Amino acid sequence: MIYFDSAATSLHKPPEVAKAVAHAINSIGSGSRGSHDCTMAANRIVYQTRSIISDMFNVEKPENVIFTFNATESLNVAIQGLLNRGDHCISTLFEHNSVLRPLYHMEKLGLEIDYLSGDKNGMVNIKEIEGLITNKTKAVIIGHGSNVTGNLVDLKKVGDICKEKGLLLIVDAAQTAGLVHIDMQEQNIDALCLSAHKGLLGPQGVGLLCLKSGVLPRPLKFGGTGFDSFSLDMPNSLPEVLEAGTMNIHSISGLLKACEYIKKKTVDEIYNESMYLANMFYEGINKLENLKFYGDMNSKMRTPIVSFNIGDADSATVSDELNYKFEISTRPGAHCAPGVHRFFNTVKQGMVRFSFSHMNTIEEVDVAINAVKVLAGDLS
Amino acid sequence: MRKKVQQVVVSFETTTQAMAFELMAKEFNIKGRLIPVPRDITAGCGLAWRSDPDTKSEIEELIKQKSLIIDCIYELII
Repeated sequence: MIYFDSAATSLHKPPEVAKAVAHAINSIGSGSRGSHDCTMAANRIVYQTRSIISDMFNVEKPENVIFTFNATESLNVAIQGLLNRGDHCISTLFEHNSVLRPLYHMEKLGLEIDYLSGDKNGMVNIKEIEGLITNKTKAVIIGHGSNVTGNLVDLKKVGDICKEKGLLLIVDAAQTAGLVHIDMQEQNIDALCLSAHKGLLGPQGVGLLCLKSGVLPRPLKFGGTGFDSFSLDMPNSLPEVLEAGTMNIHSISGLLKACEYIKKKTVDEIYNESMYLANMFYEGINKLENLKFYGDMNSKMRTPIVSFNIGDADSATVSDELNYKFEISTRPGAHCAPGVHRFFNTVKQGMVRFSFSHMNTIEEVDVAINAVKVLAGDLS
Repeated sequence: MRKKVQQVVVSFETTTQAMAFELMAKEFNIKGRLIPVPRDITAGCGLAWRSDPDTKSEIEELIKQKSLIIDCIYELII
């Protein structure tokens, strides 16, 4: 089997990730619950992971790194916890449902939302932000990289506008963390929402919410924190105020090892290697007749995703053929980003998405190119 | 592409329904497999079950016997 679905989850991981998870399951206790050796081991792993994440994304301090269940939960905490009835916010047509559905929920409670459009290739028109700002505008909520097209947004430019206009910047970096350089302070990000299992190469079941100091969302969950047990309320301080209940220490242990791997290899090298493979794939198939690509394939502002259709063939059929006949894993359909499909008029057809890891090989890409050639030929 | 053939296609509202169906279909030796839902079907779930047409009555019986929740049963050329 050849795996080209890294935008969904990283199947290729450094081997030390699985080793760390196995070790943790057999030897690590629950963090912040007592002070025996097993719980202290958990505390140390959690703090080390907060520290390395803080370092990777230039968060002001490790205490501002909050563990969640996934990027979706991080986005829910940021969106539901920072915005109120009567506020106005700005997002984009190209967001994942992890952004859109919390926004739609808040809209029912009285939040007003405007959406940035895009150019013909689906690159977000960030120039529209200033024209949409009203005296009620509180935040910009934006995806760093599209999970469908791979188009990137220039966070520095968005952050500069937000800083100048006094708006919060909430970023969905599920597709880019570990793959593209992100600097919370340089890019003026207030809330950075991450997933552990995609570009960060960790296990599933962990997300991260990194906050600028002074940005404190209302908690969505209430419960035990391991201390202050007689208080009726959650503690006031980060990160515990947003971390009710037992953490997924086993997966966090794996994430720590994954982050150490990324730090050593560097984000730039991972990006360059994965883009090399994505570009090789694109160059291998872009001259084929009958193929239509989505996203700005000529821009440098992109992630290693190549999405396309063959003629008017159902993307579900193409993806199933790739799996069934060539043992190649890809994602068809609507990709949880309805606005992207409305924009490109692919609501019914969907798109076939190849997403690359730096751990894919040139040989695998060659197999994929030939498979698409066969399928495209059959349809012509 | 392989030649399109007539198939029984079962759609679902959720992934959980699809997985429950697959487990039971295997237990009852109904030949077929889960596939990405064809675009001709509007369903909540991205997965659908495909089988040869002669399995339709077995599928209907399985759904009834095990009280499985599905969306619809189609006969499609896919």
